[in-house]
Amino acid sequence: MERVPILKIGQILLVSIQIDLQDQTVQVLQEDLAERIVRTGARGVIIDITAVDIVDSFIGRMFSTIASMSRLMDAETVVVGMRPAVAITLVELGLSLGGVRTALDLEKGMRLLGASLPSLADGR
Amino acid sequence: MTAPPQEPVPITSGDDVVRVRQAVRTAAAAAGLSLVDQTKIVTAASELARNTLVYGGGGHARVERVTDARGRAGVRIAFGDDGPGIPDIDLALTEGWTSGSGLGLGLTGARRLTDEFHLDTEVGGGTTVTVTKWAR
Repeated sequence: MERVPILKIGQILLVSIQIDLQDQTVQVLQEDLAERIVRTGARGVIIDITAVDIVDSFIGRMFSTIASMSRLMDAETVVVGMRPAVAITLVELGLSLGGVRTALDLEKGMRLLGASLPSLADGR
Repeated sequence: MTAPPQEPVPITSGDDVVRVRQAVRTAAAAAGLSLVDQTKIVTAASELARNTLVYGGGGHARVERVTDARGRAGVRIAFGDDGPGIPDIDLALTEGWTSGSGLGLGLTGARRLTDEFHLDTEVGGGTTVTVTKWAR
């Protein structure tokens, strides 16, 4: 099973999904991320799905789970880069991802986190 | 008219669910489905392949390109398992209902994302779900 790498930039953890996600990979990622948030004291999590061509109910639920979980550990989550076809499909599937913040791209996602946490992007 | 059937893709692990998605993507693109329709049928296939694995105890998916009487191309996928079957079909097709730990969007979501949806099940006799998406 492949693992999704978690990168740290300042106080933000960046997860860029570049592989076809299978369910076990998703579960391991949630656990890895929880552990990294606590260990690094990160204040923000960005999940970049620019390269993800489908989001089904299992993957969609991961976004909600990570958002809720990180909030409990004092970190904000933003999902960035959702493709239009993925957004259309998610709505028709019946998954609205309530409670998950989104931004169009990585830069806007960084800015969104930076706006609520001013010292975030400069790495202190 | 139907293209020669492909070998069924076995579904016995999470990696196989990914393989089913890839096979459906290839067939949907070859049938000329739009990007949005490709995404819908691949997403539906992902839900149904997971159901086959989790609730059916494993099975297989048969992916084929089909053509209707008017010459319209499409992709059809039949998911089959020899699992316990579904005792109450109406309940299983109720939004948000789940017998497991999922969200209950698998069957209902797959039905909404496809043009044709057939569910064939018998308690103790396994389940077959067949979905079709046509090019517009």
